[in-house]
Amino acid sequence: MTTPQPLLEIRNLEKRFELDRGFLETLKFRGGKFVREKRAVHAVNNISLQVAPGEALCVVGESGCGKSTVARLIAGLLNPSAGEIHYDGQRIDNRSRRTLMPLRKKMQMIFQNPYASLNPRMTIQQALEEPVRYHNPSLSRGELRDKVAEVMRAVGVDPSWSSRYPHEFSGGQRQRIAIARALTVDPEFIIADEPISALDVSIQAQVLNLMLEAKDQRGLTYLFITHDLSVVQHFGTKVAVLYLGSVCELSDTATLFENPKHPYTRALLSAVPQLKDDHPNHIRLRGEIPTPINMPKGCPFESRCAHANSRCSAEQPRPIQQPDGSLVACHAVEEERLDG
Amino acid sequence: MSLLSVRDLSVKFAMRDNTVTALNQISFDLAKGERLGIVGESGAGKSITGFALMNLLSRPGFIDSGKIMFLGDDIVQMPEAKMRNIRGNKMAMIFQDPMVTLNPVLTIGQQMVETLMAHRKLSKAEAEQIAIVKLREVYIPSPEDRLEQYPHELSGGMRQRIVIAIALLLDPQLIIADEPTTALDVTIQADIMELLLELCQSNKVGLILITHDLGVVSQMTERTLVMYAGRIIEAGRTREIINDPQHPYTQGLINALPQQTKPGQRLKQIPGSMPSLTAIPKGCPFSPRCEFVKDRCHTEAPETVQYANVEVACHEVNRLHTDKAEEIKA
Ligand SMILES: Nc1ncnc2c1ncn2[C@@H]1O[C@H](COP(=O)(O)OP(=O)(O)OP(=O)(O)O)[C@@H](O)[C@H]1O
Ligand SMILES: Nc1ncnc2c1ncn2[C@@H]1O[C@H](COP(=O)(O)OP(=O)(O)OP(=O)(O)O)[C@@H](O)[C@H]1O
Ligand code: SF4
Ligand code: SF4
Ligand SMILES: [Mg+2]
Ligand SMILES: [Mg+2]
Repeated sequence: MTTPQPLLEIRNLEKRFELDRGFLETLKFRGGKFVREKRAVHAVNNISLQVAPGEALCVVGESGCGKSTVARLIAGLLNPSAGEIHYDGQRIDNRSRRTLMPLRKKMQMIFQNPYASLNPRMTIQQALEEPVRYHNPSLSRGELRDKVAEVMRAVGVDPSWSSRYPHEFSGGQRQRIAIARALTVDPEFIIADEPISALDVSIQAQVLNLMLEAKDQRGLTYLFITHDLSVVQHFGTKVAVLYLGSVCELSDTATLFENPKHPYTRALLSAVPQLKDDHPNHIRLRGEIPTPINMPKGCPFESRCAHANSRCSAEQPRPIQQPDGSLVACHAVEEERLDG
Repeated sequence: MSLLSVRDLSVKFAMRDNTVTALNQISFDLAKGERLGIVGESGAGKSITGFALMNLLSRPGFIDSGKIMFLGDDIVQMPEAKMRNIRGNKMAMIFQDPMVTLNPVLTIGQQMVETLMAHRKLSKAEAEQIAIVKLREVYIPSPEDRLEQYPHELSGGMRQRIVIAIALLLDPQLIIADEPTTALDVTIQADIMELLLELCQSNKVGLILITHDLGVVSQMTERTLVMYAGRIIEAGRTREIINDPQHPYTQGLINALPQQTKPGQRLKQIPGSMPSLTAIPKGCPFSPRCEFVKDRCHTEAPETVQYANVEVACHEVNRLHTDKAEEIKA
């Protein structure tokens, strides 16, 4: 099997958020003496991923499992606690903001809330012009105007509305404009953090179509974060399932939906309400979700897993390559004690 | 006798210099123990319907006309004191955000005991016992300990289960759940939905489930209302509506779902977006987005008619059907 050189590669990425900042906050009285104890949120734990050019990697998982943190680390909005991020063969996690400038143009981020991506005090013309001018300072006013009009048409928004402000547009239009803004600088890579979650079904389709078009026509590469598995199945070429900051399964989209292996992936797929199925067969998860502050020693999913045993509570499972190419981090899968 | 019977209910909002119509003459019935879904996009009037049924509309919203018969009495005409009693005892509402119901400065036990003692002659110890039973019914682990906890000490899923337990405290006959799981993860959503379904079935509680998720409606309800711009545009058995929708908007909603298109293919989108209340088009409110639109759609509001097992408000139901018949022949 020949794997193309990945556009993005993450190696052993970690992110901890310290909870106690001050020195006094960290002092705890234990066993008759003061000890210094720092608590931290373990948001991302030892994640390794690769995204090849033209691929759409979808990241799924429960709220708080670290999806947005991964996105923000890649976009350079957060610094990792450990690990490496490589883009197009270059390491990018340890570089200054200034040396990353040329890269900013290649990598664009779209947020869940279209308000977060658009400045409410800028007209659409200004919002769309800004990144173009920034990255191409030599363009004339006329050329700028043409470029903006072209981009607006491409996302189905009438260019004659360019002097309007974001609040004058519907949620779907705003999100399409935010995507248009990301596309103005001809990026190679788009990080989209739940770009359609806040939108209605009919509007979701409009935005998803736009992103699909950009993928097909411009060969864009995506890291797409969502919690909607039907969107994953439609849009993703690969899927990473996260649980408490760790990857539990990484697979081709088709393989994942046909043959999910990790117990959490199976529970997740079974929980999706189906349109036409009268007898859903949902796998009930019992037990409490641990917080990323008190990370369990063994498998992060152990407290809710029906297949857990003593090894699971003692030892954290490593991702292991399966015959069909997927990576699965589960002792039971490794020991072949799960059916199917 | 039906549990609930809504007739020509209209709700308006008083704006600075005019009024806008948020609900336009909606009518529907709910039998005892029946489960009804209300679907539609943001701004369709789903929540306003829920609030109107509870008589909880706050200014500038008001019920302009119509009847809401609940167990034989009209809620629209009911004095507030009697309504308050019904709201606690016979009807309960569950909101998307559990903190609308929960008081952050009281423990779970205090809130449950207070609610019980306000409506029933019970001692504190008796009320606590009932609270524990209800918490156990919603699968809250170690319910005795939970009584001592504050809402912020619990996860979102657990908070919502506690809200359901509170809604069930006084054995209501109707639960109105407004997007009860929208803020939660799918695995937790599935747990909560299963729980609601179980409780409604075993206690014969009527359920009105408001959601924009057609999958949820399909699994939870027997009948469905589809709303658009403050109107019910299609109503019928959930199965019929999902499998064979008649209104162009319902068809569009279902067709736009990613699972209706092959992976990677262009999704079938509905052009445009829902109008705001101040700019609802004349005639059929869906006309600017409808692919079957005809001249009279711009001038005449469509009546609701019975068609192919559902009730539909569309001038062109017949035409749609003829098209289909031709498709099958071809
Ligand atoms: N700045 C921060 N300081 C402390 N903790 C943080 C910070 N940002 C995120 N976290 C924590 O890190 C964990 C992962 O958060 P993240 O936002 O990445 O989750 P997510 O998967 O995107 O969730 P959602 O689906 O709710 O958006 C959570 O427990 C969160 O509370
Ligand atoms: N206080 C208010 N004043 C004026 N208009 C209002 C007010 N509250 C709601 N509306 C309008 O009433 C309409 C129906 O609102 P409603 O909250 O019922 O929508 P919904 O179907 O529940 O939508 P969502 O899916 O977003 O919850 C919307 O157009 C909304 O803007
Ligand atoms: S490692 Fe053990 S606890 Fe973790 S998912 Fe596999 S079986 Fe379950
Ligand atoms: S009445 Fe006309 S515009 Fe409205 S849904 Fe039917 S065909 Fe479309
Ligand atoms: Mg997030
Ligand atoms: Mg609502």
